[in-house]
Amino acid sequence: MDLKLKVWRQKDSASKGKFEIYNAPNINPHMSFLEMLDVINEDLIHANQDPIAFDHDCREGICGACSLTVDGKPHGPEKGTTACQLHMRHFKHGNTITVEPWRAKAFPVIKDLIVDRSAFDRIIESGGYVSVNTGSAPEANMSPVPKHAADSAMDSAACIGCGACVAACPNASGMLFVAAKVSQLALLPQGQVEREKRVLSMVRTMDDENFGNCTNHYECEAACPKEISVGFIAKMNREYLRASLCDSGSAGNTKDAVN
Amino acid sequence: MNWQSILSSSIGRKVVMAVSGLALFGFVIIHMLGNLLIFAGPAALNGYAEKLESLGEILWVARIGLMVMVVLHIWSGLCLARENRQARPLGYLGKKNTRTTFAATTMAISGLLVLAYIIFHLLHFTFRVTHPQISHLLDADGRRDVYTLVVLSFHELPIALAYFVSMILLSLHLSHGFSSALQTLGIANESSLHGYEKMGRLIAAVIFLGYSSIPTACWLGIIKASH
Repeated sequence: MDLKLKVWRQKDSASKGKFEIYNAPNINPHMSFLEMLDVINEDLIHANQDPIAFDHDCREGICGACSLTVDGKPHGPEKGTTACQLHMRHFKHGNTITVEPWRAKAFPVIKDLIVDRSAFDRIIESGGYVSVNTGSAPEANMSPVPKHAADSAMDSAACIGCGACVAACPNASGMLFVAAKVSQLALLPQGQVEREKRVLSMVRTMDDENFGNCTNHYECEAACPKEISVGFIAKMNREYLRASLCDSGSAGNTKDAVN
Repeated sequence: MNWQSILSSSIGRKVVMAVSGLALFGFVIIHMLGNLLIFAGPAALNGYAEKLESLGEILWVARIGLMVMVVLHIWSGLCLARENRQARPLGYLGKKNTRTTFAATTMAISGLLVLAYIIFHLLHFTFRVTHPQISHLLDADGRRDVYTLVVLSFHELPIALAYFVSMILLSLHLSHGFSSALQTLGIANESSLHGYEKMGRLIAAVIFLGYSSIPTACWLGIIKASH
């Protein structure tokens, strides 16, 4: 199949970017979208041109590295699919495909289609963990977890942190990501000790990182390659209200208690 | 409890928006039920208006409460809208939305248009400055003749039309606002959200039909002036 690509090219974060048109002839429909970009880059390298920079790692839909907005949709038109798992058979011969990076103030473009998602790392650093002594793993059956809590925690833990929720949100809000990371620990016994401190701290960091505010469009849920429910945003809101209104004393004091 | 940090946080301001929105939503429903008394005739509506005015201080407490809710709702809305615009300085070439609704994407504009409507509506019926020749009539029992003011006002097509269109905007705003508030307050969850979304649209449709029936019935002559 022959395709045309309209790709965002940007030298570095300080430069202004623009769209460039590339011809992609003889594309095998069994290729993934990233393999198709590899083929185009081969040609660009042979022609002594700068290849298109894009993020990728596992190429099996679990690492969260790929971050392409394909024809106006983060990760492309297929539901519950990362760009690396998107196959060219979903496009038609003669299509012009627009490829853009995630667009958000919190995710500045580094080069071409690669954005800096370290804002997510800073949110995790501010509370997306449990503090436990290292050593041998404890006996699993010592901490009973209700089935529905375990299921729900696994559903939120499916988040791969790719940032498609931010890219899809009309407000560039990161609330689905933060909600998933708050919920996965709030649902489990190991997450209880730092429960209030965690949500307050992660929400504060999210606000400081220039993300927008959720206004309940639910575009994040539609774009999420792991199909994480916006029900977790409601859960994060509950967690935040609970921590702010009911148990303000423990916020920030957990560290002292541990020490 | 640290109010300052709650009110400066994204979720805190969303909660302010949701709580004030739900309060105003409740007012819209009670106000509609009162207004529908017009179908019961001049005695019913004028009697209801007189009873409301006789509440005195309680009425002013309610009015100030509503005013505070309106100010909080607009303040939180403008904060959120401003930050949301700043959060994506460079937009997409052709972003395709799949899940959101027309109502959700036009909340700020429908809200501001409803605000303009509310200002006119207060000048029209509460402060009675737009129609002085019919604003200060008394009925046979010596009460303020609200009934005649409403009926004669809506005999003017532009006024009836402006109210009709404003009710479209209000119900559009509420069709997203209801479920959005429940989501923000964490009352919704994965399984109940769709139900709340449908409920919000249904209530918005009822509110539209209830309110818009008044200018429509007056203009069509179904509700007639009493004298």
